[in-house]
Amino acid sequence: MIVSFKLNGELVEVDVPPNMTLLDVLRRKLGILSVKRGCERGECGACTVLINGDPVCSCLVLAPQAEGKEIITLEYLSKNGEIHPIQEAFIEAGAIQCGFCTPGFILTAYALLKRNPNPTIDEIKKALEGNLCRCTGYIKIIEAIQLAAKKLQRYSR
Amino acid sequence: MAIFYLLPRFNYYKPKSLNEALKLLNDLENSKVLAGGTDLVLDMKIGRYKPENVIDISHLNELKYIKDDGKSIRIGAGTTLQTILESNIVRKKIPVLAEALEIMGSWQLRNVATIGGNLCNASPAADTAPPLMVLEAQLKLESIEGARYVPITKFFHGPRITELKRNELLTEIIIPYPPSNAGMKFLKLGRRAAHTLSIVAVATLITIKDDKFDIVRIALNSVAPTPLRAYKTEESLKDKPINLNVIEENVKRVAEEIKPISDVRASAEYRKEMSIVLTRDAILESLKMLNVKIGGEEF
Repeated sequence: MIVSFKLNGELVEVDVPPNMTLLDVLRRKLGILSVKRGCERGECGACTVLINGDPVCSCLVLAPQAEGKEIITLEYLSKNGEIHPIQEAFIEAGAIQCGFCTPGFILTAYALLKRNPNPTIDEIKKALEGNLCRCTGYIKIIEAIQLAAKKLQRYSR
Repeated sequence: MAIFYLLPRFNYYKPKSLNEALKLLNDLENSKVLAGGTDLVLDMKIGRYKPENVIDISHLNELKYIKDDGKSIRIGAGTTLQTILESNIVRKKIPVLAEALEIMGSWQLRNVATIGGNLCNASPAADTAPPLMVLEAQLKLESIEGARYVPITKFFHGPRITELKRNELLTEIIIPYPPSNAGMKFLKLGRRAAHTLSIVAVATLITIKDDKFDIVRIALNSVAPTPLRAYKTEESLKDKPINLNVIEENVKRVAEEIKPISDVRASAEYRKEMSIVLTRDAILESLKMLNVKIGGEEF
């Protein structure tokens, strides 16, 4: 079946079977490899994408459910070869080790900071509860998001 | 590329309206309704369900609403957990439901999972069930033949088995206003603080009259084949004076009303003990909301 949606601002159309997950549509049909195949059961958050601005596990979304939606992946965040302030913050804070969970964390952080530009540590932890990282111990990720919040406030001034 | 899970093939239907969905549900054999998908898609991946037909209702806006009609709060079955969690009506009028939603799944899951899906999946660990049970919610079940209403306490028949007939859809959850002087609390014990299934969860709703327990409602999940009300424990507390000894003595009855199993999350024995502890604590927290001091003790 034909499914069309906006992917990172551009309209795309794909011919997919209805039993394909959005994760597979993005990775295998559209070459969006920032979206990681992790647990495939909604537990790890490595496959997080934003659907109409909300973080969602793409492994639990069926392809036809994407019809008409606006989907954002990590690829959307860097513009003209410049990385996004949240990405900068993750690098500067040392919040990346193996990097597998990072796209999911950054997208969740992006959605959080859109809603709440100056979150407390508890609010950051709450937002991130669906993203698992086995390397960093989370402290540096939380610091990165605090740093990102400062950077974004500076840029918006 | 390695594929760890393959979804079975199915026919996919995307009805344009609730009416069309009900017709499809009536006409199609071996079908499953897709609401948020956080249970169904996973269950199809692991082979628990192999439906021939999937009826997607996730896009139906007529099932997404939270209304205050002046005597009850009506929630469309397709409303996401996150939407309900963020609702001021829910936080003000029925905080016990918001407390349960706050610690259900993760942000990613709450953004798609629906209240109707949580109930119809009928997991013994459904976290929306205990709060809705102490709030004495009614469920609207619709088919092409019409609608009927059942109390949530009659909805669950067993693990993943409900009152729903093959052609019926849960469309609305109706929560009558709780008594204005009610204290309520939801407590959940899981293996982690977040993004976890309950080992046991308890919801309580309490009112007091003349320094005695009046209305006492207690509901638990994960300790029996279905979420349940602890009617005998409720009964034994009614009209009793409010003090710690009375509470501690009477909540022990909860262990007789539940039938927990041992599984990967906890042993049956542990669940029994924790059911007693959580029931006691939820009652104490409910009383705290009513500013009741218990024998001058701070707890």
